[in-house]
Amino acid sequence: MNALRGLTWLLVLQSLGEALARGLRLPLPGPVIGMVLLLLALGWAPVRDSVAAVADFLLGHLSLLFVPVGVGVMVHLDVLGGYGLRLAVVIVVSTAVGLAVTALVLRALLPAADATAPTPSGDAP
Amino acid sequence: MSEFVQLWVYLSSTPLFGLTATLVVYLLAQALYVRAGQAAWANPVLWSVVALAAGLTATGTAYPTYFSGAQFIHFLLGPAVVALAWPLWQRRAALRAHGGRFVIAALVGGAAAAVSAVALAWALGLPTEVMLSLAPKSVTAPVAMGVADKIGGVPALAAVFAVLTGMVGALGGTYLFDVLGVKRDTAGWMARGFALGTAAHGIGAARALQVHPDAGAWAALALGLQVLLAALLIPLVAGWF
Repeated sequence: MNALRGLTWLLVLQSLGEALARGLRLPLPGPVIGMVLLLLALGWAPVRDSVAAVADFLLGHLSLLFVPVGVGVMVHLDVLGGYGLRLAVVIVVSTAVGLAVTALVLRALLPAADATAPTPSGDAP
Repeated sequence: MSEFVQLWVYLSSTPLFGLTATLVVYLLAQALYVRAGQAAWANPVLWSVVALAAGLTATGTAYPTYFSGAQFIHFLLGPAVVALAWPLWQRRAALRAHGGRFVIAALVGGAAAAVSAVALAWALGLPTEVMLSLAPKSVTAPVAMGVADKIGGVPALAAVFAVLTGMVGALGGTYLFDVLGVKRDTAGWMARGFALGTAAHGIGAARALQVHPDAGAWAALALGLQVLLAALLIPLVAGWF
């Protein structure tokens, strides 16, 4: 019941996000605005308790959600084939650059002492 | 035999087929991944996609037919993006303490990924719409599609590039971090997870979660931050050109 309530909250906030994005012509996708709205709503216990149940499930199986769009690669094989090698170079190099820069910048910024307290605060499961 | 063919014709034309095939193949790929000791090369998304695409091609099933069922899974990406507020909220104390540092790392890392992708694509002479579709590739697929649409890219291509980026990050991240000397201690898991969430979005975050729970939590936080920053900034920066 809690999970059902949680899923309903997620969909209501996503819908609100879509409405705000379109109504106010915001440059953000609807689900992103929904995420910000949920961040604000999580201070309220009824929302928090029901969303926690469904969010952990959804995010725990996040990789499954990419499979349908991933299979869509087969439709674009002509583009990928035509520019295959160049695209592979771009994707592999830029991903490595992004990973390396992020990890090194964060490591350089974090004070050594503070980085030893990673546990989530408050009501972590 | 003809009854079997009729049954196949019926099954392959209902949404039931795409949905069931996706779940069955993914669970098999997941089981294989666990048996392979969660090795990066056994990535369940990669092998599910390969197996499903091969199966569809072999049976002559069109992608839209498959997607009519698989869309029910695809649809959940929207609520999943909303749900990213949960890991952000759980780590609000760390966010308050290190908020500025996280935002700088996410900004610099995200910009490095997007700029290097666009610059390389330009240098290699890829067409403009392909180049623009590459810009949001570090952001989770549904958001990448929206961003690409806003800046003149092709949403479907952006989704494909985002998925490929996620797989590359999930496959190569561990080796790259080892080469860079990022440790496997508390601060190291934070840097590894945060980098995977920033540069390789949901697929990277899923990998981080499987490698270490702390890395997974920081990856989810980075994913949420990256979604917010990229959705705001990429269209803004693209507008200057």
